[in-house]
Amino acid sequence: MNGLHGIVAEFDNPEDLVVAVHKARENGYTRLDAYTPFPIHGLAEAIGFKDNRVPWIIFIFGVLGAAIGYGLQYYITTINYQLNVGGRPTHSWPHYIPVTFESAVLLAAFAAVLGMLALNGLPHPHHPIFNHSRFELATDDRFFLCIEADDPQFDPSETMQFLRSLDPTGVEEVPE
Amino acid sequence: MSDAVDTRVLTGRNSYSSLGDQIGSIVLDQRSHKLPWYGGFALGFLLLNVMLLSLAWLLYMGIGVWGVNVPVGWGFAIINFVWWIGIGHAGTLISAILLLTRQNWRNSINRFAEAMTIFAVMCAGLFPLLHTGRPWAAYWMLPYPNILGAWPQFQSPLIWDVFAVTTYITVSALFWFVGLIPDFATLRDKAKNLILKRVFGMASFGWRGSVKHWFRYETAYLILAGLSTPLVLSVHSVVSLDFAVSIIPGWHATIFPPYFVAGAIYAGFAMVLLLTIPIRKWYGLEHMITMHHIDWMAKIMLATGLIVFYGYIAEAFYGWYSANEFEWHMIWNNRMTGTYSLLYWSLIFCNGLVPQLLWWPKVRRNTLMLFTISLVVSVGMWLERFIIVVTSLHEDFVPSAWGFYNPTIWDWGLFLGTIGLFTFLMFLFVRYLPMINIFEMKDLLHKLKPGHAAPAVAHHGSGGGETQ
Repeated sequence: MNGLHGIVAEFDNPEDLVVAVHKARENGYTRLDAYTPFPIHGLAEAIGFKDNRVPWIIFIFGVLGAAIGYGLQYYITTINYQLNVGGRPTHSWPHYIPVTFESAVLLAAFAAVLGMLALNGLPHPHHPIFNHSRFELATDDRFFLCIEADDPQFDPSETMQFLRSLDPTGVEEVPE
Repeated sequence: MSDAVDTRVLTGRNSYSSLGDQIGSIVLDQRSHKLPWYGGFALGFLLLNVMLLSLAWLLYMGIGVWGVNVPVGWGFAIINFVWWIGIGHAGTLISAILLLTRQNWRNSINRFAEAMTIFAVMCAGLFPLLHTGRPWAAYWMLPYPNILGAWPQFQSPLIWDVFAVTTYITVSALFWFVGLIPDFATLRDKAKNLILKRVFGMASFGWRGSVKHWFRYETAYLILAGLSTPLVLSVHSVVSLDFAVSIIPGWHATIFPPYFVAGAIYAGFAMVLLLTIPIRKWYGLEHMITMHHIDWMAKIMLATGLIVFYGYIAEAFYGWYSANEFEWHMIWNNRMTGTYSLLYWSLIFCNGLVPQLLWWPKVRRNTLMLFTISLVVSVGMWLERFIIVVTSLHEDFVPSAWGFYNPTIWDWGLFLGTIGLFTFLMFLFVRYLPMINIFEMKDLLHKLKPGHAAPAVAHHGSGGGETQ
């Protein structure tokens, strides 16, 4: 395209960023991203972002883990390798609970971490936003709002004008 | 999450940047480490070598070098295993349970406590592994298809332990690492040294603090905490079942699981205090780990200590009330008046009486007193495991099977050695990783700002559904 990733406005406090995000949404921009050193609650909703896949992935893998744990023990103790321990039934399910629980938690935890990273597209060391000259402050004490170039309403000069009107401490074009 | 935050959790004049600088500089500016660090590290390194020596001798000679024999088949190995794994539990409690209950004071100490958990569980895991006598065959405990067609015995609590402990250390490590990712990004951006920049760059996975990432990150982190909470309770309950699913007098009390879990948290908080009290002073972190943090930790110690004390009373009571002669023999002849009675009464003194001092606010705010009490509690919790394991085994049902247990120098060597391993790893951690969670401290500062309120969220009816 025009070789731009987007235009970025920089703010020095989270409150201004939240206001800016609301204004950008009101002006019809949809392809936005904000970069902050710590999570700001309500900002994801403000930016129009919604994703409930993480909890579902964790839930599914938790259930899968429990099924694998229980199934493994059932297969071993009642089908493949029966042992008579003090005349107890081979399918003595109360004994299966700890291992079933542990394997559910193990798989769910892996799903939580790997699922979160995968959905976030991480590891991703070469994102274009790093071309911003002051972006190392995004993990320090600065708050960035990026209107991305693939926004249907994106126009280099107009968007620049709009971002300047939000009273940021700086505006910069970020190349692809 | 717009709950009011207790303003006492962070004192002094801070800015987002100053918090990051202060925590980050401990890692990035290696000259900030003074004599205490080198002293502690040297001590840890020395004891670590004691461990390696004891390990080498043990592997060369076999576990006959330990004092274990019939009737006391489990000696220091299980005592130290239970002691170490208990110490690990405060870490998960601080990081997970306090997160779920929105206790913001956890932020200053959680990273630290999580590291403690991982290192303590590493020390714990060594003991049952070595006690098998052939640790290189430890994979036999895992269910894997083999040409013998043999499988582990899933009706045995010792196999539950294998699953519980490996799951516990894996989930703790995941939890720890996920918490570190945004802080690695902060260090990557702050580092001046190119090598450090690259290393932290790789470790941070290219984290850029996108609001979309934060959203999924927080969801995953919170659910991970929700998973860890029952996990931590299950691990120590399973450990207690190693004992309780038996018929040895003094081992099959129904109070075991909650009593063990409370004891674990008790020992764990004692260890957190033992570590935080000196370190906050050495590194000037008193405004982040305030006296209120220390006070609250001391209160948790007092509460869990009372539960543990109740456990001792209940054990003695049931020994008497059951009218079972073996139970009563165990309580009266083995513990209160027998060979090991000195240890039993030291246990009551260390774990039951000394912590009662914590009722006084003056004691809870005196770091020297608190440090000493934590040390006493750590010793007491170790004695508790010794009493449970040894007194029940050395004299059980028939006098012809009675015997004594004397730990050998190699038992002590390995025990002190794991303390060395733990100290060694903790000091490395303090030097090379951010020991306080940077982004959570910034979040805390944000919430503490005067006039802070949750930003009003305007609802954009059609906006949702965008993902990447």
